[in-house]
Amino acid sequence: MGKHVVVDPITRIEGHLRIEAILDDNNTIVDAYSSSTMWRGIEVIMKGRDPRDVPLLAMRICGVCTGTHYYTSTQTVEHALGVVPPKNARLVRNLIQGSLYIHDHVVHFYHLHALDWVDVVSALKADPAKAAEEARKWASMLKDPITGETIRPWKDGVGEFKAVQDRLTKFVKAGRLGPFANAYWGNKSYKLTPEQNLVAVGHYLDALQIQREMAKLMAIFGGKNPHPQSLVVGGVTCVQDIQNPARLGHFGDILGLSREFIYRAYLPDILMAGTVYAEEALAGIGRGLGNYMAYGDFRMDDNPWYQGKTLFPQGLVLNMDLTKVYDVDQSKITEDVTHSWYEYKGTDKPLHPFEGQTNPKYTGFKPDGTLDPKGKYSWIKSPIYDDHRVEVGPLARMIVGYARGDERIKHYVDWLLKSGNLPAKALFSTVGRTAARAIETALMVDVMKEWLTELAKNVAAGDLSTWTEYDFEKLTKGKELKGYGLTEAPRGALGHWIRIKDGKVENYQAVVPSTWNGAPRDYKNRMGAYEASLIGTTLSNPDQPLEILKTIHSFDPCIACAVHVIDTKGKELGVYKVEPVGGACFI
Amino acid sequence: MQFFDREHLRSIFTKPTNYINTNRGKEYYDNLYKKMEKRLNELKAQQPVKEAEIKFQELLETWELSRRDFLKWVSATTAMLMLPPQFEPLVAQAAEVMNRVPIIWINIQDCAGNTEALLRSASPTVDELILEYLSVEYQEVIMAAAGDQAEENLHKAVKDFDGKYLLFVEGSIPVGMPEAFTIGRHPKTGVEHVKHLAEHAAAVIAVGACACFGGVPAAYPNPTGAVGVMDIVKGKPIVNIPACPANPANITGVVIHYILTGELPELDSLLRPKFAFGYRIHDNCERRAHFDAGEFVEEWGDEGAKNNFCLYKMGCKGPFTFNNCSIVRYNEGTNWPIGVGRGCIGCSEPDFWDKYATERPLADSDIQPPGLHGVEATVDEVGLGILTATAIGIGVHAVASAIAGKKDETKEEQ
Ligand code: SF4
Ligand code: SF4
Repeated sequence: MGKHVVVDPITRIEGHLRIEAILDDNNTIVDAYSSSTMWRGIEVIMKGRDPRDVPLLAMRICGVCTGTHYYTSTQTVEHALGVVPPKNARLVRNLIQGSLYIHDHVVHFYHLHALDWVDVVSALKADPAKAAEEARKWASMLKDPITGETIRPWKDGVGEFKAVQDRLTKFVKAGRLGPFANAYWGNKSYKLTPEQNLVAVGHYLDALQIQREMAKLMAIFGGKNPHPQSLVVGGVTCVQDIQNPARLGHFGDILGLSREFIYRAYLPDILMAGTVYAEEALAGIGRGLGNYMAYGDFRMDDNPWYQGKTLFPQGLVLNMDLTKVYDVDQSKITEDVTHSWYEYKGTDKPLHPFEGQTNPKYTGFKPDGTLDPKGKYSWIKSPIYDDHRVEVGPLARMIVGYARGDERIKHYVDWLLKSGNLPAKALFSTVGRTAARAIETALMVDVMKEWLTELAKNVAAGDLSTWTEYDFEKLTKGKELKGYGLTEAPRGALGHWIRIKDGKVENYQAVVPSTWNGAPRDYKNRMGAYEASLIGTTLSNPDQPLEILKTIHSFDPCIACAVHVIDTKGKELGVYKVEPVGGACFI
Repeated sequence: MQFFDREHLRSIFTKPTNYINTNRGKEYYDNLYKKMEKRLNELKAQQPVKEAEIKFQELLETWELSRRDFLKWVSATTAMLMLPPQFEPLVAQAAEVMNRVPIIWINIQDCAGNTEALLRSASPTVDELILEYLSVEYQEVIMAAAGDQAEENLHKAVKDFDGKYLLFVEGSIPVGMPEAFTIGRHPKTGVEHVKHLAEHAAAVIAVGACACFGGVPAAYPNPTGAVGVMDIVKGKPIVNIPACPANPANITGVVIHYILTGELPELDSLLRPKFAFGYRIHDNCERRAHFDAGEFVEEWGDEGAKNNFCLYKMGCKGPFTFNNCSIVRYNEGTNWPIGVGRGCIGCSEPDFWDKYATERPLADSDIQPPGLHGVEATVDEVGLGILTATAIGIGVHAVASAIAGKKDETKEEQ
């Protein structure tokens, strides 16, 4: 047996994640374990509260996709109460959620993921003139999917690249790599040329500025970013903002700038990386489970509750077979705790979120300080869909949409694949996961413009309604209600489930994208998506687990939200009194 | 926190504006000026954290940032710190010697919301540049190194800058259940991690509601026994920058203040810098005139909402919340929660999840703040008090302004 590699902390993610990998003598990963090492207990905190107050709390599940949990939770309560928000609210929510997508994806690619592909130090050796040529080359391979015009590069001035390089040189000379210090520079698995690296580093720095602009998109109708505040059960509160032409105009301007950056920098960079790393993609490095699931999201019409058309269709694709798509049915979702630091009372079977239990049972690490994969080893549960382990995320959304023959998605996916001269099968890989996210960003920034126009038109036509009235007392008094919110967070399928009894939250459960992807093994000893994706990857230097980071980052882990809560019954803290509810917090 | 009796409530609702002393007299400022000059000279004489120095000026140039932009930022920051304009040159100098102060930033039971907020902070170029110019030795969300290499960076920073670095903590610390957070190849708990790093720090800065007061994880019933930094770190200067997430302007402000004086800014009893948390939202709210006139939003999206009326009856907790959002706002002033028609939820106050984060005014909210002592009695008291207060607000401007007119000397209690 070769080495046992431990990576803790995995950095450049949100939350706390530990990966352990077992290598064979060729430094190829033959086994891997993914463990979340933090949890907070937000679901149990929901219990007993007024359901109308829950979305603000649920938003704090994550500081990155804040708006997504907010929106999902609001929808969960609305579903339970049977309240359908008006058109303006739907459009505003789409715009807020859409702005989160483009912001999140750009930040993820450049600031969290790019350093796995891009060797910053190598860029010092680049010839700025050649870098400018390089920038032109990749951009020119792309045609605008709407106008058909050839894309102009974000920057292609020799002077501009020279400036980037000068700045880097100064930093390196001063011994101040800052956040770039002690990384894996020079590692063999970096494949871009110095010029290509310089192009990417230039965009990395520009993206720092652009993302701040993008964050304002959320603030315009949401109040602030992160943690917007304008969603309420029944609608949105920003009625002043939607009738203010200056605000709509501001939104449109930033959207335009965002599109420029996405089309002229992000996409050419993806094309460049995808081409240089094409071999890996075609070999399926980082593919993982091969099962993809999407709940579907972004309502395109005002039909109530899961009966309307969505921008991303729902569906399940098994075994990379694009010829078949199954409908997703939320009742087939369960969570298993065989290898998670929890125990179920009265059953060993995986449980549906409505009946979920979360009793902590921490068993710790092995005496040598490593995870115990035979026992329990993570604060994440293992979700199972209809007896399948599945991957969720942008790749799943693009694959499900593609397999469903969705015209818009097919158009964008084919467009990028064709530009890079790659077959669809290249998508089933680490590279593919990263490319799918970029494709989705392009699609999103375009569809957001349509929503903005729709909103402006609707308001101009005199519709100012932003909230649907409902009688909370009447709806909830003496009753037990159930509801769920199924959406697509930037990182994938997100579900919240609520049970309301007599106007109070009886039970709240969230099964989030990083639970699906980052989960440990299940009762059949089947791996979670992160784990499976690492198998077969060879490390060029086991002391520098760069390939592990690359594949794990391609999922855009976001672990704060992936961890479950405790039933205080399960752990005697002594200080608090909680009425035990029917076996556990989560009936 | 104590709840309020009628008189106290009345004073809260009607107090004209900030009670912070922003003019402390020439002598005070002269002394302060000298002190700051001395401190800056000391810093200038020191080596930057890293061997060779990048000049701040050069950095400005490579960022293609004009001197004018920089000066604009300087005057805004000076004003935020409640210093008179003659301090602007000192603030500018402080920015230029920031690379003398190393920073370690750790995340415990967090959601990364504060890191995210900082990355998106206002006045893009200047803050960004400062982020770059500060010697951030360890920051999990942005650093390139991971695993062993990340731990190595941390150990090295602690060793090299023993007693000198500022420790930023984001997220709460689970003391009731230490195993709820571990980190590292040889897993350490959050409690150990924070205590160890705090011991070697010059000062500790708790960023966000969680690190200050426990935040979301500490909301009732606080399943993991989460607490804030000040509950476990003793014998070190600590400053709390609460809110969910903290406003990045306040983070930069504290750092600049530290550089200027070598000390933490003046703090209130909850260890919050007074320059940022000395005002209530209500004091500077753009809807305040409607409050005083008794004009309220009564239902989401109604005529009142369309006219930007006061959100008190929709659950705004601005009168109870100390923070500068109504002045600084968010995302380069793009908007803020009350601007967008949703009340303030009091996120800079301890236990706000159990006390303030409801969609209804305190009186109507069926919230039971169960984590608090003697709850039943106080809830009723609060209910009564607030009803009265609402009546004051609704009792149209005649009443309200009559009271506002009376100079109220009651000291604010927190
Ligand atoms: S206080 Fe809010 S922003 Fe801060 S870490 Fe907690 S949930 Fe995140
Ligand atoms: S909206 Fe809130 S903070 Fe503003 S005046 Fe009304 S009660 Fe005060």
